[in-house]
Amino acid sequence: MKLFKLCLVVGIVFAISGVAFAGQTFDSVKAKGFVQVGVNEGLFGFGKPDEKGVWRGLDVDTARAIAVAVFGDASKVKFIPLTAVQRFTALQAGEIDVLCRNATQTLGRDTELGLDFAQVNYYDGQGFLVPKKLKIKRAKELDGATICVLPGTTTELNVADYFRTNNMKMKPVVIESNVELNKAFFAGRCDCMTSDASQLASVRAVAPNPDDYMILPDIISKEPLAPAVRHGDNQWKDIVNYSVLAMIEAEDLGITSKNIDEMLKSKNPLIMRFLGVTSGNGKALGLSENWAYNIIKQVGNYAEVFERNVGKNTPLKLERGLNALWKDGGIMYSPPFK
Amino acid sequence: MDKLKNNIIQSDGLKAPVIRIGALQWIRSNLFNGVFNSILTIVTLLLLYKVVPPFIKWAFIDSFWFSTAKECSAGDGACWSIIPANIRFIIFGFYPHELHWRPLLAMIMMVGLILYCKNRDHWKKSLIYIWIAGLIIMGLLMKGGLFGLTSVDSDQWGGLPLTLMLSVFGMVAAYPLGIVLALGRRSKMPAVKTVCIIYIELIRGVPLISLLFMSAILFPLFFPQGVTINKIIRAQAAIIMFTAAYIAEVVRGGLQAITRGQYEAAESLGLNYAQKMRLVILPQALKIVIPPTVGILISAFKDTSLVVIIALYEILKTTRTALADPAWMGFSPEAYIFVALIYFVCCYTMSNYSRRLEKELHS
Repeated sequence: MKLFKLCLVVGIVFAISGVAFAGQTFDSVKAKGFVQVGVNEGLFGFGKPDEKGVWRGLDVDTARAIAVAVFGDASKVKFIPLTAVQRFTALQAGEIDVLCRNATQTLGRDTELGLDFAQVNYYDGQGFLVPKKLKIKRAKELDGATICVLPGTTTELNVADYFRTNNMKMKPVVIESNVELNKAFFAGRCDCMTSDASQLASVRAVAPNPDDYMILPDIISKEPLAPAVRHGDNQWKDIVNYSVLAMIEAEDLGITSKNIDEMLKSKNPLIMRFLGVTSGNGKALGLSENWAYNIIKQVGNYAEVFERNVGKNTPLKLERGLNALWKDGGIMYSPPFK
Repeated sequence: MDKLKNNIIQSDGLKAPVIRIGALQWIRSNLFNGVFNSILTIVTLLLLYKVVPPFIKWAFIDSFWFSTAKECSAGDGACWSIIPANIRFIIFGFYPHELHWRPLLAMIMMVGLILYCKNRDHWKKSLIYIWIAGLIIMGLLMKGGLFGLTSVDSDQWGGLPLTLMLSVFGMVAAYPLGIVLALGRRSKMPAVKTVCIIYIELIRGVPLISLLFMSAILFPLFFPQGVTINKIIRAQAAIIMFTAAYIAEVVRGGLQAITRGQYEAAESLGLNYAQKMRLVILPQALKIVIPPTVGILISAFKDTSLVVIIALYEILKTTRTALADPAWMGFSPEAYIFVALIYFVCCYTMSNYSRRLEKELHS
């Protein structure tokens, strides 16, 4: 075991030092002809193949946006499904160019692990799902509750911390598998269930009667999910970063995949610069001038991507919440494109 | 004549034997022959009565076969519809949808070749050439890129073809490797012996999961950046290494069971080491160890489902991915029963064949 750990440390050090000097992801991506993206192996709404084997999800569409920015073609992307354990080593070892796998940005990952996080594409946070018949409106009313939770996750720690800081008591019901956990909750073995809010939405969706359950408005942890690249490759990080931001900026400017061709005629200087009618942005990033136009045309703006994968008309039925634009009460905000 | 008459008269005094045939009699003598057995029978019947009718009602009478997920959740019965709705993803994974006939054909060929091998009359040198030709055609079907077939990257392979590929290649490669290791472990050359012992004990000392982890996570870090070895090949190598170590120990058991006289007899005929092993020892030793070998091969087949931890989509993983869809999330028993049936058919065929082979060889 010691030997194994030593090997692991040596390996990681090698990989990171190698990466710091490599720095030319963009060139290697262009030479390969496709972007290699690490995605979740099966999380509905974020990264999951459908029944035809086509990848769908918010993270998947983010990956497509990056491919469009580089190649002008959403199909020039190769999805590599990764488990939670594999994801960071795969990035460090250069098996993938960018990781779009609902990874939470943290200080430790940003520094020690040698990663760089781009713009957040989904603000998640841990919440509570309760049956409506309990008439609980806020998390503070959960004193003494039995709580269904998965073991060994940060979720378990977060909820324990939350109850301790608020001087409340709880009885955790720890069940290993997601399916069993859901069953226990629906059978009424616990008063509430805790997990990331986006997960809770999917649990609610499979409930025998979804309208009998509600997600409490209180969020007890910060989980900014963002695409990650290797540390030290600034040009590549810029491209990934602005590919996400372009979708947010497009929503801000009112540009959608439907109206984008009319918008090309717009006299608004912000829109003209954004769509590359007035050139400059593309050159600065090392991309073609119509890179942002292509992203919106082929993938859509942030609102479209959100609604398509996790929004009102999907089984997840997620509210925009924190992920709304800054104008609409959320925290999605893009710097000016100039 | 008198004697015969005498006999008849004598037998008149005896009772005719009770006829022990008929269903009632069978039940009495097999199920109710004693207090304990009667209780056991009644309890078993009660259990079956409690379990079987509800199961049949759930699985067949109230069940849905080709409905949508919505209709399923409204009803009480089994929702087999999850299988037809997702069947192509479950069986073929990411393989491009319009090219599914290719892995299907490759699988049919693979099964055909295996069935052809079952007959021992076909065990000739030509069989090797048939296999080589078959493997080339199967590889071509899966990979494409020649003769106008669209090229399909091995990253897109998955489902049942991947499970079959990992297990068949795993078994075929691990078996000879295991024999070599077993011979090496019994070798008189200290270097060979030490290497074999270290290899076998090291591999047997760790679980397959950790080998797969090493192959998936540790090895890429040692390669220069950008150099990556195909994930399937890495997993395949781990499975072969693992299975070979176990086969080696089984074969060693067989080698030890052969009496000294056989070795000496072979030597006195003037056979060298290779001839002695090939012609005298191994045929006997391998025959003895057929049951444990098949046991290991069956468990190797089932172990292929562990490649899920390095995110390869073998058939169990594709099923679980289909289940991650909120629409189908509640119907895991139905999906797992389906996969269990596939596993059962494969494993049962293997063990059945091994029993037949044993009988043929011992006769």
